Amino acid sequence: MAAVGARARKPRPSGAERMILGRRLRVEGVLRFAFIGLFLLFLLGPLYWVFVTSIKPVADYQTVPPVWFPDSPTSIHFSAALNDLRGWTGLKNSAIVAGIVTVVSVLVGTAAAYSMARFRTGGKNLAFWVLSQRIMPPIAVVIPIFLIYRELDLIDNRFGLAALYVVFTLPFSIWMMYTYFRQMPVELEEAALVDGCTRWQALWKVAWPLAAPGIVSAAAFAFVFSWTEFLFALVLTSNEAVTVPVVISQFLAFQAAQFGESSALSLCAMVPALFLGFLVQKHLVRGLTLGAVQG
Amino acid sequence: MAQVTIEHLGKTFSEGTEAVRDLSLEIGDGELVVLVGPSGCGKTTTLRMVAGLEETTSGTITIGDRVVNHLPPRERDIAMVFQNYALYPHKTVYENLAFPLKLRRLSKPEIDDRVRRSARLLGLEDLLGRKPRQLSGGQRQRVAMGRAIVREPQAFLMDEPLSNLDAKLRTQMRAEIHRLQRELQATTIYVTHDQVEAMTLGDRVALLRKGELQQMATPQELYDKPTNVFVAGFIGSPAMNFVGAELGRRDGHLEVTFGQQSLRLHESEARPGLEAYIGRRCVLGIRPEHLEDAALESGAPADRRFRGKVEVREGLGSEVVVHFQVEAPPTLTEDVRELALDVDAAALADLEREQQLHETVFVGRFGASTKAAEGDAVEVVAEHGALHFFDAESGRRISL
Ligand SMILES: Nc1ncnc2c1ncn2[C@@H]1O[C@H](COP(=O)(O)OP(=O)(O)O)[C@@H](O)[C@H]1O
Ligand SMILES: [Mg+2]
Repeated sequence: MAAVGARARKPRPSGAERMILGRRLRVEGVLRFAFIGLFLLFLLGPLYWVFVTSIKPVADYQTVPPVWFPDSPTSIHFSAALNDLRGWTGLKNSAIVAGIVTVVSVLVGTAAAYSMARFRTGGKNLAFWVLSQRIMPPIAVVIPIFLIYRELDLIDNRFGLAALYVVFTLPFSIWMMYTYFRQMPVELEEAALVDGCTRWQALWKVAWPLAAPGIVSAAAFAFVFSWTEFLFALVLTSNEAVTVPVVISQFLAFQAAQFGESSALSLCAMVPALFLGFLVQKHLVRGLTLGAVQG
Repeated sequence: MAQVTIEHLGKTFSEGTEAVRDLSLEIGDGELVVLVGPSGCGKTTTLRMVAGLEETTSGTITIGDRVVNHLPPRERDIAMVFQNYALYPHKTVYENLAFPLKLRRLSKPEIDDRVRRSARLLGLEDLLGRKPRQLSGGQRQRVAMGRAIVREPQAFLMDEPLSNLDAKLRTQMRAEIHRLQRELQATTIYVTHDQVEAMTLGDRVALLRKGELQQMATPQELYDKPTNVFVAGFIGSPAMNFVGAELGRRDGHLEVTFGQQSLRLHESEARPGLEAYIGRRCVLGIRPEHLEDAALESGAPADRRFRGKVEVREGLGSEVVVHFQVEAPPTLTEDVRELALDVDAAALADLEREQQLHETVFVGRFGASTKAAEGDAVEVVAEHGALHFFDAESGRRISL
């Protein structure tokens, strides 16, 4: 009410005022575009450079002035990176590891979060304790984990690596889903129970669909984390189980840095992540529960 | 539809709160019983136990001829309307209504038929394709009702179904619920903390306080013969006036004295039970609507009049609500305190201040032509039958 009154009382701008107002708007517009332009350049510049490097002949790598676009683009780096230099192996391993981590982390995370949110499993503090696990810097445990894995014979093992990633991503999945279930009115599931659902049906038919945005975010996080993780992959894999980031790093470690090949494989690695990004964006519609409850 | 019987129902939560104590109610087939009481008195808990969403600590619940204590909600064949409606936000109105039927494995045509019939009954036909978030508050309310009636259950349970609507819509929906309930002959337990809703809707009203049943009766009986100070103060708006008083006898007639003023009891008020209270303290209660400005009732006898000083005058057009101060200590029993607290903490503080000053603020609903102005002295008449008497210790109505 008050806001409406205030707006009504505000005098209309005079001609001169309107001109000043108009100029200010124009200046604002220009500034905004300049800022967005800079930001895009900052964001997309490196990506473009990865792209041109992946199709440049070797001679064009480090010229001064730089080659903005090669005269004769080539695809040899792609075939070299993927076939000769174990790019495919890396992609396949990464896909397997990330796939396992995503599924396990989301399933276990959802179940744990549901139980914590609805049955107060673990009392008041378990939820925060779970989150606190993310506060520890991973580097602190690299050595102990390496030693443990060597004892358990899990070095260079995809499942070993996936298990570790689940441990890392689970706190986030649990926390994400926990906040989702917490903000979802209990009455929805209770209504489902009264309407004729069993507990499981209520979870499956009502809670789960409503938690979809949370599930998608948790899954995206788990996938992207496993897809890009480098430190532990480097320490714990060597041959059989190498993931994409490790393979790429090996290109750069040889005598002559293989810029073309590493760029080519980086591009290949980006594709699934980008694809996922688009998918997630569509499903990350917030406020799905709006309207369930009159506030 | 079926009868619902609650016997010696009790609920103690794990951390020790005793929310419901030894509650027994019988809701007849097709009857609408309202559970009413201040916030926190155990209404929702009772309803949830009937629904099967909360386990009972003691007692039995019978729906139809089945004891349902250990059945899960889905096997109790009841429908519930939640305070926040609890519509499934990811389903359309049609799907919301069809959901309980689908779970019961009804055939497609049967489901469609029933959904459309309920939708027609509630005027939802044009909204069937919408999602809950595209509906107004009143429409959501209707959908919630629709989801309940589409089931054709043994009984309806409603937990403050109108509390999220604005005043105007609430009145309208109240009438609608009334109509539907009569039309469907639906056994209904209706929970509210609003005594107007309780009085207008209920075939009978059960008034709860701190988990205990105070009185279960028809609205009229609740109003005319409240069993104690708590019931008397809860039912009616503005609330009944209470004042500490003493009963005596003069010229062969019973007489009640508060402060320096006395009123003679009319035959309709002079119950034999009062004899035992002569010379003892009691609580006198008078409803605001039974008080009138003496200037508007010139014929009223002098022994039914008392004086006060006008504090506030609220004109409503049709009548004038006058708050006036009477020199007499207010009663501050446990009941009165709780009633005040149910309004808010400031109301209790006011009462305590009045206690110190030995002044009681009365409220009267006077005729529109009253000239009582703020700061003036006013003479007030108590109508015949207006005086209620309660035991000062127990707060119980002095009856017989
Ligand atoms: N799940 C619960 N756990 C513990 N105490 C509860 C729970 N639900 C309700 N209570 C307590 O039980 C009492 C009755 O609550 P409720 O039935 O919701 O009251 P009403 O619906 O009449 O306002 C209150 O004191 C409340 O704090
Ligand atoms: Mg309640």
